[in-house]
Amino acid sequence: MHITLLWILQIVFIPALSPFAIGLTRLIKAKFQNRKGASPLQPYRDLWKLFHKDEVVSEDASWIFAFAPYVVFGVTLAIGAMIPLVSTVLVTGLAGDFLVIVYLVALGTFWLALAGMDTGSAFGGFGSSREMMVAAFTEGGLVLSLLTLVLLAGTTNLTGVAAAVAGLPFADVASVTLAGVAFVIAMLAETSRYPFDNPATHLELTMIHEAMILEYSGKRLALMEWAAANKYLIFISLGTTLFFPWGMAHTLGTGAIALSVAILLLKDALLCAAIATLESSIAKLRIFRLPDLLFTACILGLIAIGLIA
Amino acid sequence: MITLLLSSTGFFGFLSLFLVGALGSLLCMRRDALANYVGNSFAALGSLGALVFSFVALTSGRAPTFTLPAALPWLNFSIHIDPLSAFFMMVISLISVFCSIYALGYVRHFYGTYNIGSLGFFFNVFIASTLLVASAHNALLFLIVWELMALSSFFLVIYEHKQKENVEAGYLYFIMTHTGTAFILMSFLLLFRATGSFDFDTIRASGAMISPLMASLIFVSALIGFGIKTGIIPLHIWLPSAHPAAPSHVSAVMSGVMIKTGIYMLVRIGFDLLPHTQLWWGFLVITLGAVSSIFGVLYALAEHDIKRLLAYHSIENIGIIFLGLGSALVFAALNQPTLALLGLVAALFHTLNHAIFKALLFLAGGAAVGQVHTRNIERYGGLIRFMPVTALCFLIGAMAISGLPPFNGFFSEWLTFQALFVGAALSLPTKMLFVVAIAALAYTGGLAAACFVKAFGAIFLARPRSEAVSHAVEATFPMQFAMAMLASLTVIVGFCAGKISLMLAGVATSMQALSGAALPGHFILAEVSVREGFATLSMPAVLAVLLMALGAIGLLTAILSRKQCVTTGPTWDCGTALTPRMEITATGFSHSIIVVLRSVLRPTRQSAVEYHDAALRYFPKSRSVHFATPDVFLALYRPISRGMTRLSADVRRIQNGNVNAYILYIALTLLILLFILAW
Repeated sequence: MHITLLWILQIVFIPALSPFAIGLTRLIKAKFQNRKGASPLQPYRDLWKLFHKDEVVSEDASWIFAFAPYVVFGVTLAIGAMIPLVSTVLVTGLAGDFLVIVYLVALGTFWLALAGMDTGSAFGGFGSSREMMVAAFTEGGLVLSLLTLVLLAGTTNLTGVAAAVAGLPFADVASVTLAGVAFVIAMLAETSRYPFDNPATHLELTMIHEAMILEYSGKRLALMEWAAANKYLIFISLGTTLFFPWGMAHTLGTGAIALSVAILLLKDALLCAAIATLESSIAKLRIFRLPDLLFTACILGLIAIGLIA
Repeated sequence: MITLLLSSTGFFGFLSLFLVGALGSLLCMRRDALANYVGNSFAALGSLGALVFSFVALTSGRAPTFTLPAALPWLNFSIHIDPLSAFFMMVISLISVFCSIYALGYVRHFYGTYNIGSLGFFFNVFIASTLLVASAHNALLFLIVWELMALSSFFLVIYEHKQKENVEAGYLYFIMTHTGTAFILMSFLLLFRATGSFDFDTIRASGAMISPLMASLIFVSALIGFGIKTGIIPLHIWLPSAHPAAPSHVSAVMSGVMIKTGIYMLVRIGFDLLPHTQLWWGFLVITLGAVSSIFGVLYALAEHDIKRLLAYHSIENIGIIFLGLGSALVFAALNQPTLALLGLVAALFHTLNHAIFKALLFLAGGAAVGQVHTRNIERYGGLIRFMPVTALCFLIGAMAISGLPPFNGFFSEWLTFQALFVGAALSLPTKMLFVVAIAALAYTGGLAAACFVKAFGAIFLARPRSEAVSHAVEATFPMQFAMAMLASLTVIVGFCAGKISLMLAGVATSMQALSGAALPGHFILAEVSVREGFATLSMPAVLAVLLMALGAIGLLTAILSRKQCVTTGPTWDCGTALTPRMEITATGFSHSIIVVLRSVLRPTRQSAVEYHDAALRYFPKSRSVHFATPDVFLALYRPISRGMTRLSADVRRIQNGNVNAYILYIALTLLILLFILAW
């Protein structure tokens, strides 16, 4: 397969499939709740509908509110192009560094929180406050869990890490497992899932992400929703390619790439199912219990690095 | 041409511009506007001259040296501008150029209330002495200009002397800075005792005469002395009150560059003058850095005075610089000059970056304070509509200081991370210190972003929470120009990070401990690669990817939603009338983080209720909650201050007003002296 085609595949993979990942997770949750559930394609229809609706913007909002959806979505688009997905061939020294990805995520969060404060609604402000609290306390666990893999692999480039983790000796399994648990905790926090946030609620006492985007409508709401879906699939794919890196194509052969896409889709679907199962079996935590969980992730990361010989 | 510029003529040329500015503004002090123009335009010209001088000195590879003889033994007017001095002079003059231009517009609001002439005088003296601190090459000359810098900045701190708290802040600053000078003096005297010279060149050459124990003593007293100037926790207590008290353009210079003179001397002493670098020096510096960065940002979060908030962020960023510096010391002690160079370049890069964005934030914050006339951000809100340029500049500064790509702050934090990652691969006990430092740096980044969402949101977004906001007008042209230049510098420095790292490596290798080392990996404009491809980063690529993603998504929405229209309506109000009181406040925003960390921050909370019927207490008239997060490190100073007070009371007893007693004291002193001599 031509390298340009592979790059196009890499770039469109996240935005094209992220609504499906959300739809699939919702469907599995519906089954747990004994509901029939909407088709996994429903999020695509929702986005299409929102893009064709007129928009109402608050009279208190400034250009920050208008511009934020583009930044928040653009950041996920950029990250989607940088993370390891189907092939280890696409190693670029330009921007695949794990700190770039962590800090780009922070850039998106920064703008999302600003947008939440811009309309002067009580919901938006509290959503931003909670989001920044969760995001700030997540940072340590996320960096340390990824750093464990980075130190084992000997490179900070995530595609390089994915290629190296598959060949690690068995002695490192404890470190990788601990880092994996820390990553899952950080992932749930970053993607606004249980037990941190309830993605299906509009109840003001519990919401974080939904509170910040409450004032959005039309195309900007579509961008915000789509960006959240992208972030979800980005973290799912990072989890599967970094901690279960088997099946990535090492060559440019069309067959190898097709197989690797199929394996990645399967792994991502399984992780979606796991998250849906987790969300159906645990309760949301009180907001002041969340930092305990996030500090646990940081401690796990510390131990994981300590265990590296 | 270059020879003439780099001669003593060039050096004293720009210094004399400051002198003209200082004396000129004093002479014109009866005419406010004239004093402002004379004082600040000569400050700007002098800084511009210093900028050209230091830039040429840095890039031409020459180290201008000149000595004027002085009448006193050991003291000579010895100036030697090696690359390290030139770099710090460049940072100082770069920031002071824009701060002086800004001052042209900013000082106007002091007309009629304060003496503009003395402001111009002290501002010029302050910049000139800060430049001299970076170029002095003799310990005694250094102490003289150091004191000049301390005194001129003290007078700038108490400039708005009609407010009592400014004078108190000034006294605290005065006491702390002189405690620092005492320790600095001690380290210089110890150096003199070991090497017999006050001249930096001689000291460097006679490093073999310093024993390891002596080196450690010198390092620790220098760390305390210069640590006070940098505002490292727990020596920071003067900083959050002194920086806000000064006029904003002075705060920008103090926070942006004055505290960096402490970093300059720590680098000079740690890497250039002292032999026998010990491993524990590095551990100590890393620990101080981690504590300062975390606590600095936490206290900034708890703060709702905009200038105090920025001052606490200076403590945080000094902590980040210390992390790079500490790892460099550790690697230097382990005899790994290549890795030490990486840490030192990270520290120097963050020094440059912090100077740029902190000055920018102080200038933008000062512009807002000048319009709304309060530093309490709870009384702002919605200022982005009245001051759009200031808002944009503050936003860029906020993103840069939070370490977000593609701005300059991200690169230096990334490089600091790389230096710490090297340490995380060492053997066990050492490794954990580095890993904890990495975690601290990661949390600091997240908390700084939270703090600046709070600050920007509370000041510029939503609806005005006080009447004064709606009367605000955009800053004047000189102020806008200075802010816009600094804001574009955050992008440019981020873009050229690879080139600038190389330049800084040249600066760092001029240090004796690192001479001959080369940066690990390759550093070019397009790409930075650390340790044979361990980590690669291209700041231009990050910027390009972000711009392309923004362009693509803009195009997509323009096509998909081309027929849709946008209407404006009120914010959803749940059926009640929307008032500014419904917005989140800065205190509310950071409250959850402070509550989570209440066991370390120990916030205080006092609530009071007033009743219409005091006897029965059924109908409350008003409720108030006072929430505060006092600095816990102040508690460390209470025993010292109590002890000093008690000691002073005891000492007073010997001063009983009886002449006979005084004669007895003199006789006793003479007797003791005689005994000592006879021994």
